[in-house]
Amino acid sequence: MKSKAALFVFCVAFGSAVLAQHAGDGGLHLEPANTDVSDTASLQRGAKYFVNYCLGCHSAQYVRYNRLGADLDLTEAQLVENIMFTGERPFDTMTNAMNPVDAARWFGVAPPDLSLISRSRGTDYLYNFLRGFYKDESALSGTNNLWLANTAMPHVLWELQGIRTAVFSEPGADAAGLPQFEHFEPVSPGTLNEEEYDELVRDIVTFLDYIGEPMQLERRALGVRVIGFLLIFLLIAYMLKREVWKDVH
Amino acid sequence: MATIQHDVVNRLGRNFSALTSWIDERFPMTKLIKEHATEYYASKNFNFWYGFGVLATVVLVLQIVTGILLTMNYKPSAAEAFASVEYIMRDVDWGWLIRYLHSTGASAFFIVVYLHMFRAMMYGSYKKPRELIWLIGMAIYLCMMAEGFFGYLLPWGNMSYWGAQVIVSLFGAVPVIGEGLAEWIRGDFYISDITLNRFFAFHVIAVPLMLVLLVVVHIMALHEVGSNNPDGIEIKERKGPDGVPLDGVAFHPYHTTKDLVIILVFAILFSAVVFFAPEMGGYFLEHANFDPANTLQTPEHIAPVWYFTPFYAILRAVPNKLLGVVLMGLAVVLPIFLPWLDRCKVKSIRYRGWIFKVALWTFVFSFLFLGYLGLQPVSDTFTMLARVFTFTYFSFFVLMPFYTSWEKPKPVPDRVT
Repeated sequence: MKSKAALFVFCVAFGSAVLAQHAGDGGLHLEPANTDVSDTASLQRGAKYFVNYCLGCHSAQYVRYNRLGADLDLTEAQLVENIMFTGERPFDTMTNAMNPVDAARWFGVAPPDLSLISRSRGTDYLYNFLRGFYKDESALSGTNNLWLANTAMPHVLWELQGIRTAVFSEPGADAAGLPQFEHFEPVSPGTLNEEEYDELVRDIVTFLDYIGEPMQLERRALGVRVIGFLLIFLLIAYMLKREVWKDVH
Repeated sequence: MATIQHDVVNRLGRNFSALTSWIDERFPMTKLIKEHATEYYASKNFNFWYGFGVLATVVLVLQIVTGILLTMNYKPSAAEAFASVEYIMRDVDWGWLIRYLHSTGASAFFIVVYLHMFRAMMYGSYKKPRELIWLIGMAIYLCMMAEGFFGYLLPWGNMSYWGAQVIVSLFGAVPVIGEGLAEWIRGDFYISDITLNRFFAFHVIAVPLMLVLLVVVHIMALHEVGSNNPDGIEIKERKGPDGVPLDGVAFHPYHTTKDLVIILVFAILFSAVVFFAPEMGGYFLEHANFDPANTLQTPEHIAPVWYFTPFYAILRAVPNKLLGVVLMGLAVVLPIFLPWLDRCKVKSIRYRGWIFKVALWTFVFSFLFLGYLGLQPVSDTFTMLARVFTFTYFSFFVLMPFYTSWEKPKPVPDRVT
């Protein structure tokens, strides 16, 4: 009885300590990306946007085109027509022609490979990052980002989203005396409205989520079958155990 | 018809027993089977805490088998290691499954071993006549820590790299020879291809060999004295006329069928992680380790894998680096002395005084809370808390000879309940 009470006290104390820690996080909050890698249409759109807007600078060096075709329900002809623009072969990986040394000279830092970016940064971060650009004359590329201050990455999707500036509160507004982000202010509209732009970003992030772990759908499907098998096995093993232990008192 | 079948069965039976006696004349096969299975008697009242020993063995085998399969495609070179892991994840048939089984297995190994050790502390399994089993077990635990540390560098992710950098630099705190020692371990002035190669050698050959050997010795010592039980009673002291302990049942078929149930329950929980949450929210596979090792950029926040964090929190709690390293080392090795620190004759927590119960739960709470703190970024509050729990962690061991001699245990029954 005493030990159960101790366990209870422990759980409460531990839980409240953890909660206290997370309640303390102030400032910006990530909007959930809500990606769904089983949505093949979204993946196909994401792949198209990725090769059109991202692949010029960022590689995805562990991703093979033919694997992409198989997982995204694209035939080799469709791959060649929509995804592979520069004479790649189906078994090639998604690399680009940018020399990392040149890239570092142009941007200050070589654009990272994106094969695993969804696993190292998380899909929510990517979704918010791609929606976090704003006009900032003081930045090298003329744009800055709310989620990665002074990022070397220019706003590649500006024509789609349009140009915005960010409004910050006066310094001293928070405890640390730093300006806090308040809202964006549109300067000139893009070709997409806000919902359409968010959908487009979600498609790209869904694609990044998929290439981070291409086998994730297969993994979950197999998991259901494995656990189903183990449950049946467990039932039989339990019946065997009961039979064997029948004569032990 | 029936007689022919009967005849065949008889002949097969005769041939089988002829083969058995042929082997037995040359190797003690039947003797070993009897000693360790069919005539090894263990208490009939084992509760679920007694399942973690067999689970540790199962996970060890899993790690060895998946490890062998991983080495078939892994490349222990700084230039290729990270890409070879991704090759396993994407291009090798079932490679992703083998890799996730191995990475989840590493954490599972520590979970079951920590629970196994806690069981020993609850029921006094380290006490006479099982001191040596405890010592061998602690040696296994130290080997596991080495195995986990060496293995963590192999994916050559950024957390692998900086984690190894931080841990190896701790040896630099040793006076006079420190820097030379750290350099000798790395084989270089920083963590490099050379370090990766030697860590690979330790991870796949040296340490696993020791682990397997120690596990065999651990089980041999256990079977020599017999298993403890939740009542902490020596069942060998009460035997029936046939020489079999009255409260014991044969390991096979009784405990083997029970263990099978335990293994399957574990397999279901384990599969849930492997198939539905292999990263376990960044605790089993850390997010920063999906970036390749970068000598110029540290991860935002360096934290070791969860199973080392209680000790890491102790290290960070001490303002002096050398003292921190010493205390951390002490925290790891102090449990070795438990059989001699605990002065109470009663083994099981069921019959021990309140003072030990309070002490044990304080220890468990301190260990878990330190583990949590070791994962968090440094802050004043957390450093203060880490100091408090470092103090309670050490008090559990240092004060043990005193509070266990004042303890007033309850009477212990003659037979298991």
